[in-house]
Amino acid sequence: MPRRRAFLTTVLLAGCASSGRKTAAVRPPHRALDAADLALLDRLTWGASAASVDDWARRGRRDAVQALLHPPQDSALPAPVQAAIDALSITQMPLPALVADLEQRRRSDDRQDYQQRLATVARESASRSLLLALHAPHGLREQMAWFWFNHFNVGQTKANLRMLVGDHERALRPHALGRFGDLLIASATHAAMLRYLDNEQNAVGRLNENHARELLELHTLGVDGGYSQRDVQELARVLTGLGVNLGDTTPKVAPKLQPLYRREGLTEFHPGRHDLGDKTVLGQLVKGGRGWDEILEQLGALARHPATARHVCRKLAVFLVADEPPPALVERLSQRFLATDGDIALTLETLIAAPECTASLGRKFKDPVHYVLSALRLVADPAAPMVDMAPVMSALNRLGEPLYGRATPDGYPLDEGAWNGSGQMAARFEVARTLSRLPGAPGRVAVAPDETLMRPLSERTRSVLAKATTPQDRHALLLSCPEFMLR
Amino acid sequence: MTMLRRDFLKRTAAVPLASGAGALWAASAATPRLLVVFLRGAYDAASVLVPVGSDDYYEARPRIAIARPGSGAEAALALPDQSDWGLAPAWAESMLPLYERGQLAAIPFAGTHDLSRSHFETQDHIELGQSDDPAAGRDFRSGFLNRLAEVLGARDAIALTSDLPLVLRGAVKVPNLALGSVGRGGVDARQTALIREMYAGTRLAGPVNDGFDVRQAAQRELMGGMEAASRNAITARGFEGEARRIGRLMRERYRLGFVDVGGWDTHVGQGAGTGALATRVGELGNGLAALAQELGEAAWRDTVVVVLSEFGRTFRENGNRGTDHGHGSTWWVLGGSVRGGRVVGEQVAVRQATLFQNRDWPVLNEYRGVFSGLFQGMYGLSAAQLGRVFEGAVPLGLGLV
Repeated sequence: MPRRRAFLTTVLLAGCASSGRKTAAVRPPHRALDAADLALLDRLTWGASAASVDDWARRGRRDAVQALLHPPQDSALPAPVQAAIDALSITQMPLPALVADLEQRRRSDDRQDYQQRLATVARESASRSLLLALHAPHGLREQMAWFWFNHFNVGQTKANLRMLVGDHERALRPHALGRFGDLLIASATHAAMLRYLDNEQNAVGRLNENHARELLELHTLGVDGGYSQRDVQELARVLTGLGVNLGDTTPKVAPKLQPLYRREGLTEFHPGRHDLGDKTVLGQLVKGGRGWDEILEQLGALARHPATARHVCRKLAVFLVADEPPPALVERLSQRFLATDGDIALTLETLIAAPECTASLGRKFKDPVHYVLSALRLVADPAAPMVDMAPVMSALNRLGEPLYGRATPDGYPLDEGAWNGSGQMAARFEVARTLSRLPGAPGRVAVAPDETLMRPLSERTRSVLAKATTPQDRHALLLSCPEFMLR
Repeated sequence: MTMLRRDFLKRTAAVPLASGAGALWAASAATPRLLVVFLRGAYDAASVLVPVGSDDYYEARPRIAIARPGSGAEAALALPDQSDWGLAPAWAESMLPLYERGQLAAIPFAGTHDLSRSHFETQDHIELGQSDDPAAGRDFRSGFLNRLAEVLGARDAIALTSDLPLVLRGAVKVPNLALGSVGRGGVDARQTALIREMYAGTRLAGPVNDGFDVRQAAQRELMGGMEAASRNAITARGFEGEARRIGRLMRERYRLGFVDVGGWDTHVGQGAGTGALATRVGELGNGLAALAQELGEAAWRDTVVVVLSEFGRTFRENGNRGTDHGHGSTWWVLGGSVRGGRVVGEQVAVRQATLFQNRDWPVLNEYRGVFSGLFQGMYGLSAAQLGRVFEGAVPLGLGLV
């Protein structure tokens, strides 16, 4: 009776925990959901957990879905998780101070110290992200935060991006269920993106097309979105002068251009590097000489473009419905997206209500992030949450999908074919074994997965599970079974 | 008939021809080996096969051109009987010797007719090897190396990548293996048997069984290599280490392989004879030379390695001492029996006036034709068989094998 054993251990521990946590810990085990609700919850979050099932059962399906779509901006985390996040140096130091400190280390002779500090900042960023993914009460936002980070992917291996990727993700998270246009601006003007796609090098007379091209191809219209090589170059001209300033100095700008100068955090718009002429993007004249406003205007136009709606909605459907989403569904999503000015929560509302979504539940193959996080959410306990994320990062590394680890701007693939190869499966079983051996929270003797959170297991799977020799062995086999590869 | 075909046709002569060539090669251990190395990110071909005869090249790249041969240590390497082309100095110790031995050929102006200039779109395009006509649609479940494996009846294909790339997806079940992960493990024989049992009859049974089989076999073969202390190079780092492992596995077990190498998208500060790109090029060359060494003379004789990239880069340097997305690239073919020491295929003088869209190298040697010609030479495939790999492609007679 694995669930019961874990529960009793928790209750014993709760006696010595703080009073706030005691309440959570002595709550009776969650009420069971029917299979359809459980499958939907599993799809909309990083996987069903006892706490999320409990919450869903209390609210009922309708309210639960609305709560997932419209979470409060600040939602309380389990105290130990909040404490772990508060203890991170990236939480304690504001970004400019953190960057200034790193820049100082970079200029010193101690390269090793600088590299180690960069690695720490990246590791802390991944830790924060994974802690939220595992434990934040509003799981859809967390899943969408990853989706958008992946959509606007920035790989951490280039230059010193390890210090900026976490902040890029932080800038996207509040908009994860908000408006696409806000996400696009947050990403396209973030220092991490400007460095990653070389726009900080893009200046009048020294054009660099990289950012403009990926903006059109990957972030907005899609490769079949009807733009030309000329549009890429013209958009690159619009983006000239948009760059990064990590220090506290301000560049010299000619007096008549001074009003166009703009500084927001680490992002800087330098009018002296900007092409002041008129441009033509997608057949529309872009009146020059306006600098930053031109950039915002173009990002806005791209966000509202019908090709963007199709491209983004198809990708949402690939992530949340099926590898080859029905075109009719994509069309309905695009309509809603366009009608609501790119409101992601409302677009997802249409998706969740779609019969195509219901029919797809339990059939989508988990990519490594889904696999690892859902495995850990099976054993997640808000009263005694796992806070050391090192084993999670190591598992994601092993399976080829670490946070910030995709070097190319296309982001990780979302389809089954990319992840169900023989090498992946073999590695997955090894990871299953490792995850089954993770120690629980301090003082806990064993962590057994709550099997009522899983989809119904086949007769064959159950007959194999019956041959397990120890609870740990059973745990590893549960995480290895065919049913658990799907969401 | 070329060395390669003669050699291996001789060895397979004893095998009765059953139901077409597929059965023949499946039954034979003498099928030539093919390794495709995909440089993802569009490497700057002009910095490797350097158009040293072109004044326009030096004019278009004032800060990143590689100097003409004879002008110092960072200058291009002279190629025998060549005044138009030189070789990257980073290949002095690795690929130049292969070229001089006649085992390395360059195919400039190679690539696809895809004009998206998108890395991802063009990589997919090449890996799928399907129609250029967008109206024909694409089948993402059918890569051209998988179709080749199907035609050959090959059961010894492998992707040496952490996940199965498009090029090897398809009807033939092809395993994949990330060479960095071999040796780790932890799932014992009893658990392996139980997991196999859980997946029996499910759609994932194939990859699950292959995963266990391939890993066990690779562990055996690579462990053997590590014990031979005199060849400690198996522990070499980076691509060279990976290439040695590939050499070992392909010598012992696999006949059709694919590996990819990233990090070529040099929009900024790519350097010239030395620098960021030259370092990468050097690692690639060292890896390929190490691969040849690890295969050993006999196996290298019936191995063909094709090195390719999705497209070339702009002829002119950009504002940041780098290059942007272009069109025509240079592909490389090497192997013990390759008729190399040549720059092959249709060519045009490298000048501003011959640029495609006044920007890039043109594509004169289309990839399907290049591969079809190679496959015809290596495997003796019929027109019908080639048509199953690349529908409607016309083999280019480059005489490489």
